[in-house]
Amino acid sequence: MSVLIFIDAAEGQVKKSSLEAMTYGAKIAEQLNVAAEGVVLGNVTEDLAALGKYGVKKIHQVSNDELKNLDAQVYANVIAQVAEASGATVIVFSNSMDGKAIAPRLSARMKAGLVAGAVALPDTSNGFTVKKSVFSGKAFANISVATPVKIISLSPNAYKTVAGEGTAEVVAFAATVDAPKVKVTSVNKASGEVPLTEAEIVVSAGRGLKGPENWGMVEELAKLLHAATACSRPVADADWRPHNEHVGQTGFAIAPNLYIAIGISGAIQDLAGVNRSKVIVVINKDPEAPFFKAADYGIVGDAFEVVPKLIESIKKLKGVA
Amino acid sequence: MKILVCISKTPDTTAKIAFTDNNTKFDESGVQWIINPYDEWYALVRAIELKEADASTVINLVTVAGADADPIIRKALALGGDEAIRVNANSHDSFYIASQIADVAKQGGYDLILTGKETIDYNGSSIGGMVAELLDQPFISLAAKLELAGTKATLTREIEGGEEVCEADLPLVVSAQKGMAEARIPNMRGIMAARTKPLKVVEPVAADSLTTVAGFDLPPAKAGVKLVDPENVDELVRLLHEEAKAI
Repeated sequence: MSVLIFIDAAEGQVKKSSLEAMTYGAKIAEQLNVAAEGVVLGNVTEDLAALGKYGVKKIHQVSNDELKNLDAQVYANVIAQVAEASGATVIVFSNSMDGKAIAPRLSARMKAGLVAGAVALPDTSNGFTVKKSVFSGKAFANISVATPVKIISLSPNAYKTVAGEGTAEVVAFAATVDAPKVKVTSVNKASGEVPLTEAEIVVSAGRGLKGPENWGMVEELAKLLHAATACSRPVADADWRPHNEHVGQTGFAIAPNLYIAIGISGAIQDLAGVNRSKVIVVINKDPEAPFFKAADYGIVGDAFEVVPKLIESIKKLKGVA
Repeated sequence: MKILVCISKTPDTTAKIAFTDNNTKFDESGVQWIINPYDEWYALVRAIELKEADASTVINLVTVAGADADPIIRKALALGGDEAIRVNANSHDSFYIASQIADVAKQGGYDLILTGKETIDYNGSSIGGMVAELLDQPFISLAAKLELAGTKATLTREIEGGEEVCEADLPLVVSAQKGMAEARIPNMRGIMAARTKPLKVVEPVAADSLTTVAGFDLPPAKAGVKLVDPENVDELVRLLHEEAKAI
């Protein structure tokens, strides 16, 4: 028996969200007194044995050129084979974009109950119940799973990565790999930027910035903090910023450690999707802006005066000239 | 071309989220119900656009819900669906719902099945993938673009930190998100026509439920905002560094 964790790699490097999934899965394995094992698909250059420090004892690697790009159908089939071979009773994914493609397929394939968007460890005191985020972060639901195999997709940034000691045994797994039916023809990635859903710190701005030409200071602040940039819906709709920066009810749901909202009023739709952020800072010149109610720290002031000062102050803290 | 669009009834985005019966049931009092925005704005409108480009296209709608979903189904028909099928069941289990949709899909023989990327209530993002698996069809998740040429689909899907373009042959299941189409409002002609469009109610097929909702929690209330003087931004940085340990 095992807890099997899907280890997702992009360009040969294991994603941060998978480190969280490994730490989380290893903790569940400890809870259930079984081994934590990982599964990696494709040719990964990173030293997989070193991932043992996140608590996985064994990693099944399926090397096959057909697994270079994601075809959820092919991936789910291969993961099911590994899960059966390792006797997995719990399978853990990150609820990342790839996780959202694969986990539901695997759930239907194995008739294994799925909790998508888990935010805490399962409660195994009476059955198997997992807390997940619902209503776009406005509430939590406790989902009970009674099937022999359970699948959990862990919300990114919901469980802290812990690196300890140890190495994992890496074994080649000979799986039947179907030819993909989905052909990836091009990949377009903003290199060097922090992906929004994985970012520890997010700097977001809204209509209060008056126009796309004023985003320089937002980008500078984000760079200084190694943060991702985001925006409110009106800003994305007006094409001031790309749609993939839109957070909120109909955009990305994020849960960073620190969320800085600049010139965003904080309508209920803005709050959904970001209210699981651990610390929220709001900068707005309107003291009545609803966002202040959800904030931990706030400054009532003009963004064009406050943000440059904030940049200077953080530079001082970090000792950057 | 036959397209099946999966729609779900969800509370309005501004609805107050509260629970009753010892936190086991969503409090529906005073809640306005809408078509799940991702289903409506992106999946359905893209289907309508495809029909506008090829008039022989048929758009069927499917929802798994009780009769209280009929108003939102009529709205979807007013926007441009041709016919709707409501599977008469109430469930919060994705696999049960997906099993019903897969059964409707098998009987209808669709070239393309569209869902929204997730519902704004349970945020599961699961139905599309499960339906695809039950039908043994490819699944493209989180698609921001969809073009068809004959039986070949070209899609742009979101990946961490970017996007990728991919191709697949129909039949296919796609979950749609922002970028796929622009929200529309139904016109008077559509609303009139929707009254007489077929809304078929079918009983559910036997299917397993893999999960149950044991209860809900609301997030703890915030302690209240600590306001910092705009003339003293250093104090905010000190608090974030020393107190919140966030930077």
